[in-house]
This record gives sequence, structure tokens and C-alpha cells, in this order.
Amino acid sequence: MSVFGRGQAERETALLAELTELTEHHRANSEQYDRILSALGHKSGASFDSLKSLPWLPVRMFKTHDLKSIPDSEVFKVLTSSGTTGGGASRIYLDKDAAAVQTRQLGATLQEVLGGKRLPMLMVDTIGIIKNRRSFSARGAGVLGMATFGRSHVYALDENDRPDVEAVKGFLEKHGHEPFLIFGFTFMVWQYLYEVARDHKLDLSNGILIHSGGWKKLIDIAVDNSEFRRRFATDTGLTQIYNYYGMIEQIGTVFLEGKSGNSLYCPDFADVIIRNPETWEEQPVGEPGVIEVLSTLPRSYPGHVLLTEDLGVVHGIDDGDWPGKRFSVLGRLPRAEARGCSDTFSGAIAS
Amino acid sequence: MSLNDRLRGVFVDALQLDDDVDVENLKYRDIEAWDSVGHMALVAAIEDEFDVQFETEQVIDMSSFKVAVDMLKGFGVSE
Repeated sequence: MSVFGRGQAERETALLAELTELTEHHRANSEQYDRILSALGHKSGASFDSLKSLPWLPVRMFKTHDLKSIPDSEVFKVLTSSGTTGGGASRIYLDKDAAAVQTRQLGATLQEVLGGKRLPMLMVDTIGIIKNRRSFSARGAGVLGMATFGRSHVYALDENDRPDVEAVKGFLEKHGHEPFLIFGFTFMVWQYLYEVARDHKLDLSNGILIHSGGWKKLIDIAVDNSEFRRRFATDTGLTQIYNYYGMIEQIGTVFLEGKSGNSLYCPDFADVIIRNPETWEEQPVGEPGVIEVLSTLPRSYPGHVLLTEDLGVVHGIDDGDWPGKRFSVLGRLPRAEARGCSDTFSGAIAS
Repeated sequence: MSLNDRLRGVFVDALQLDDDVDVENLKYRDIEAWDSVGHMALVAAIEDEFDVQFETEQVIDMSSFKVAVDMLKGFGVSE
């Protein structure tokens, strides 16, 4: 069943009820969360007239507070973001149910573009990223979450994070004539797949690329989303490219680029609100602001309504490839502490 | 060898289980070895052993040893 079916009005009605219930659930089960909301002046049991009036949590709260709505004995997995200088890392607690739900909903989202069959999969990463299984980095969680959707996984980097051209060539010889899946973080896909494919004249025309993780390093070398798509198409034949936006603090929820490119869409169980960074009012379509992300998935930790440190803009509502809002991420808030994620991938690789 | 015996062997190898684990009553995420990393290894090992290919939905739904047995029967693997 498609998770890209709800128009904006229907979505807001459904999500308001579910997110209000979740807000109460988290207040009842996380003392820290309840204290934060109380400090912000939100009384428990309040009702809300719209999604934008729901209390949000700044995403960095997960670095400074241990926010979980499950007892310690129920913790099954702890996910950590890769914290950078002075920041510390977010810690996200999942119980068995939360782990299962996030996989299932990520699956439902991606099946929209991948179909039900698991395709041979090229990971633009190293297998070393999932070695420590009790605690995954954001990158490790991303790689692993995605692995479910493929089979016969081949890693494009060796364990020392160096491009393994022979591995990629071997993969393409075996699977390049049929549809195959490619996954990686945007910057790594550019540096370790695009450049390698171009230099070795590899044919990626049967590939479907799913990528995420921020554009900062690419903008520095003047590659934006359009240029990324254009160069891949011209130099490698790869045209099925889907960027997504998601964060470890809302694991399992991804905002997926539509077929036409350059717009991200919300699955039915999620939404975005763009806020003016000075007044915190919702911005009109076309006006950039801070991205708030809403999702019904987080039940084991209070991550259902989060104010990110990213800037974005809504391009339109119910007027694109899928129903609902379509938007772009424009980058980091200027004064946000550098947060890392996959951008922290060591630049120290000998080229 | 019966389907159950073959599958038990695959579980023990792929998840590196100790001898005292009650494999046939095992559920996904019950033990640390059968987490999402273990799951990928397990799925690949079952596919190799029985020469089948699971769809995405099935990989997500494979929540216990018993469910895996039923799925394999669905592929026509004889008991």
C-alpha cells in the first residue's frame, strides 16, 4: 500500500489526532520531556487546533538530555549521531517495537520507488561502518536500514575507507545488466562513485540511486542537486536518482525526492512545517525558514515533533509528483553548531 | 535432512549461536545476535541454503524461526 497518498488537509487531520496522543504518551512516560514542556508553558492534556500549534522539541535536546519513553530494561538499540566539536552526540533509544516499526515504515516509503523485489545492492560505504552492533553511528544506521532493501551487497569502499574499484567493477559485471540499487551518503556517492565511474567509464544506467546526508561539501565544489543529477546522467547513464532527507532523531521517517527531481515529499505519516526563525510563525509557500519535522513513528522517545537546525522552503502543496507539501532543504542554519552526521566522514583519505 | 534441521543449522551458523539456544522458538530481536545486522546475514544464508529469493516484505516479516519455516514451505521446500 502506498504511503504517498494523503492530500494535505486529510494528512493534517489524521496527524493532529495521532501526534496529540503521542505528546501525551511521551509526557506520561518521559519525565524529562514532561519537564521540558512544562517549562515551555505547555500544560498536559492540552488540545491543539493545528499541527503548527503542537509543542516542538529542538533536535539538539537529544544531545543534552536522555530522552526516552521506555524503561531501561526495554532498551533494545541505542542510536547515536556522530557528534562534532563540543556538541556531544544525540542518543536515541529504541525498544523492539520501535525498531520493527521504523524498518517497516522505511520499507513502505522506499518501496514506492524500488518495488517489492530486493535488488542487487551497491553500498557506497565500507562494511566497517556496521561493526559495532550495540551502538550505531548515524551513518551505520543508515547503511544498515537500507541493506534490507537489497541483496548480494557489495561495498564500494574497503575497510580502510579507500575506493575499491575492482569490487565495483565486479558488481557491475555481475549485476549491471539488470536493475540494481545503489545507496550512500551524498558526498561519498559523489566522491567515491561518481568520480570513479566517470574515470573508469562505468555504466550505471540500470541503477537506482538512493542518497542522503547533506550538500555542504558539494556546494563548496559547486555541485547542487540539479548538477548532481545532470552529471550522473551525462557521465554514467544513471538517471533514477532519489535524494532523501531524514535524521537519526526521527529514524524510519524519510522525506523522499519525487521522480521529477528537486522536491522532497512527506510520507503519509509525516509532515514538515517551515518556520520564520525570528517569529516562529509558519512561513508561506516559497519563503525559506527553519524546518520542523513531524512523524507518528517515534514512540520509544519523544521525537515526534522536532525543530531541526536546517533551513528549507516549501515549493508547493498538493501540486507535485505525490500529494502533500513538497520542499527542499537549503542547508544548515547559519549559527547552528556544526552537527556532523555523514559530513564528518573523514576528509583525510589519501587521494 | 528435514526442513527444520536444515534451517536450524543455518540459524546456528549465520547468527553464531551457542549450543544451548532454543533455536526453534527464537524470535527476531530476542537476542543480541539476531539484530538487524544478524538478520541480513541470516536472510542471505537462508537464501543460499534453500536457493530461494525473499522479497523486501518477507525480509521485514521474518520475525521468528517459525515464520521462516512457513515462508520456506510457501516456496515449496519440503518438510
